[in-house]
Amino acid sequence: MTTDRDPVALAGRPLEELPATELARLLGEHTRKARLRVLVRDEILHVSEAIDTSLPVDNLLAGYAYPEALAVTSFAALTEQELVAILEVNLDQARLHDLVLAEVVGYKVVGSWPLLRSLTDRAGIEAEVAASETPNAELRFHSWINFDFLTSPMSSIPASAGVRAALLGTIYIMLITMAVAVPLGVGAAIYLEEYATPNALNNLIETNIRNLAGVPSIIYGILGLAIFVRAFGHLTSGAFVGVTDSNGRTIVSAAMTLALLVLPIVIINAQEAIRAVPWSIREASYGLGATRWQTVRRQVLPAALPGILTGTILSLSRAIGETAPLIVVGASAIIFTDPSGPFSKFTALPVQIWQWTARPQDQFRDLAAAAIIVLLVLLLSLNAAAILLRQRVSKRLS
Amino acid sequence: MAEEIRTGLIERTIEQKRAIIADALRQPRAPTLHRRLRLGEGIIRAVLFACGAFSIITTVAIVVVLGSEALLFFTPPSWIDSFTALASDINPNSAWLDLTGAGKFEAGQHIRAGEEQMRVTEVGDGYILVERGYNDTTPAAIEAGAEIFTADVVTLIEFFTSTQWQPQLGNFGVLPLLTATVITSLIAMAVALPLGLSAAIYLSEYASPRRRAAIKPILEILAGVPTVVYGYFALTFMTPLLQSIFGDVVKVYNMASAGIVMGVMILPYVSSVSEDALNAVPQSLREASYGLGATRFETVVSVVVPAALSGVLAAFILGISRAIGETMIVALASGAGPAFTFNAFNSAETMTGHIVRISGGDISYNSIDYNSLFAIALALFFMTFFLNTLSRYVTRRFREVYE
Repeated sequence: MTTDRDPVALAGRPLEELPATELARLLGEHTRKARLRVLVRDEILHVSEAIDTSLPVDNLLAGYAYPEALAVTSFAALTEQELVAILEVNLDQARLHDLVLAEVVGYKVVGSWPLLRSLTDRAGIEAEVAASETPNAELRFHSWINFDFLTSPMSSIPASAGVRAALLGTIYIMLITMAVAVPLGVGAAIYLEEYATPNALNNLIETNIRNLAGVPSIIYGILGLAIFVRAFGHLTSGAFVGVTDSNGRTIVSAAMTLALLVLPIVIINAQEAIRAVPWSIREASYGLGATRWQTVRRQVLPAALPGILTGTILSLSRAIGETAPLIVVGASAIIFTDPSGPFSKFTALPVQIWQWTARPQDQFRDLAAAAIIVLLVLLLSLNAAAILLRQRVSKRLS
Repeated sequence: MAEEIRTGLIERTIEQKRAIIADALRQPRAPTLHRRLRLGEGIIRAVLFACGAFSIITTVAIVVVLGSEALLFFTPPSWIDSFTALASDINPNSAWLDLTGAGKFEAGQHIRAGEEQMRVTEVGDGYILVERGYNDTTPAAIEAGAEIFTADVVTLIEFFTSTQWQPQLGNFGVLPLLTATVITSLIAMAVALPLGLSAAIYLSEYASPRRRAAIKPILEILAGVPTVVYGYFALTFMTPLLQSIFGDVVKVYNMASAGIVMGVMILPYVSSVSEDALNAVPQSLREASYGLGATRFETVVSVVVPAALSGVLAAFILGISRAIGETMIVALASGAGPAFTFNAFNSAETMTGHIVRISGGDISYNSIDYNSLFAIALALFFMTFFLNTLSRYVTRRFREVYE
């Protein structure tokens, strides 16, 4: 990594120890006005398009904090100090520290080497750094994956970017997906296994579910785009409950799309679990005078429950990794803020991985690798839970 | 009740007795063996049926939505920017349009400016004469600078035979996307079929139960890895590897690397379906073969695999279907931008890759791009549907039934 200025010489002591006001002052002294305006846009307003700078501050920053004295000043007329004051009241010390590092110190990662090589060939790397003629280059060990990576938001500076918004997006989407897919899927499985007589209609349903399981996931994405995002845009954008800043490309739309996608898998898994319940249990229940639903509810479902749960976890782990439908439904490119509810714009872990991988800079590839590890750990723990459950079941039935 | 009737019958007159008996007969009786109507049960059954029928609604929605949007794509007119604009204002009556820009027009052509559609009657230097208010649109005053759009008709023949896919320029041939899809899928199968079948043969014929128990979960985990992870792997591992072997002919984005990694992705799938087929071959066949002095390898090659051929074929077809629908690996590693090429080291966009690239971000509805997505998706849907149905047919039709 390189620096344009020596961080310690700037303030006389390490930047981490500086209070927010000091950091803001540094930012104001060493950054151009146009860049500060961009920072206000990126860090506070979180919009990607250009803003109308002729607006007064109270209009442009409606809903955000700003010094009262500046309320009626036009945004374009603000001085460096005033822009910094706006940044200071909106951002915390840690974020200001990152900004000073990136903007003032010019802290940039210019190259990275894999762990294995840095352990075995440190001299080679040092020689490369010396030969690269980058001014102020400094070698530093950086672990891309640590606790900060999980809790910090997306950033355009690779070294301080994290997966917080993506992780939260994934969790929100999965909750809604499962809330929709599991009741529907288990209901369908009960119908097909306990109620359906082999006639043409039921055979059609059965074949149809097998076919749906083979439909490529991207087709579901297109379906979600046409139905949830566009046709039901009024509902999925949250306009009916007064949410105004979204356009149907929301968490709900994504979750419904994934629910359609995993539904056949949930059904097939639940069917297998229900089929594994011995007939003798049902016959005993009927023999005691129970109705069909009483038999299902009190005998079959409890016996099949662990199996159904296993299947559900497996379909959940399938849904977590799905990327293409989310992109088609409209996962947003760059999201800095946490999702605020089911009707907010979203990104998700696999989408974030895709974007980082698709960028040409090496550092983003490293970030993608770190995010992949997070995703795989999540998946492996889900699968391990499913396998444990399955073993418990097979022990009990034998 | 019974007591009352008995005492009543002793003390009363014959008429009273008759009345009491008739009354008693009207009382609710003890449970019978008749089926009773239970409303709750009926409702539950109906709800569960609705859950089951929901899958049919999904299929119908897929076909209807993809079909109707794709139909818009094939229904004229699709409007293409002619890169020409009005040079001066026109009023609703004028048939003379002064133009600036690079567009070429011809008589009889169907154009649009603003909301109004027109038909070109004469073409001159820098101007055209038109018939106003074509197709029941209302002639209106249009200001200078309004873009002129020309109508383009996408025919099914053009869609399936043209080798150019440039929606903005009016070239709608799906072939470049299709060839890229087929090439990556074939490369994937060239990797997955031999490896998958060998793995299946090892697991079902050679491996001890303990080894089997150790290897199967690994394959299952491999099957559970998200495809975007494979995409990362293709771009950052497979492509550099290919480049170091074959040199500069390998582009940064290329079909070969996407195809090979895709093969690794569908390997567990092919091996699992093939293994089921191999396991279904009865033990007596193997024993007969051993009895004739065949070695284990001879038994596998000339008895077990031929007997399970229908299942292996089905696995192959299902694998292709998977590969055709696979998106993230090709979106990341195979390149952005349709190219009609048969060189696997070149970059070319597949159908799925194209959908992801076009739809990522804010695509505007009713644009030619939006509608073209549905046409491609419909083609994709029918291809995978056909292959899935075919594999089921193959399993049923060619299965050798023993015992």
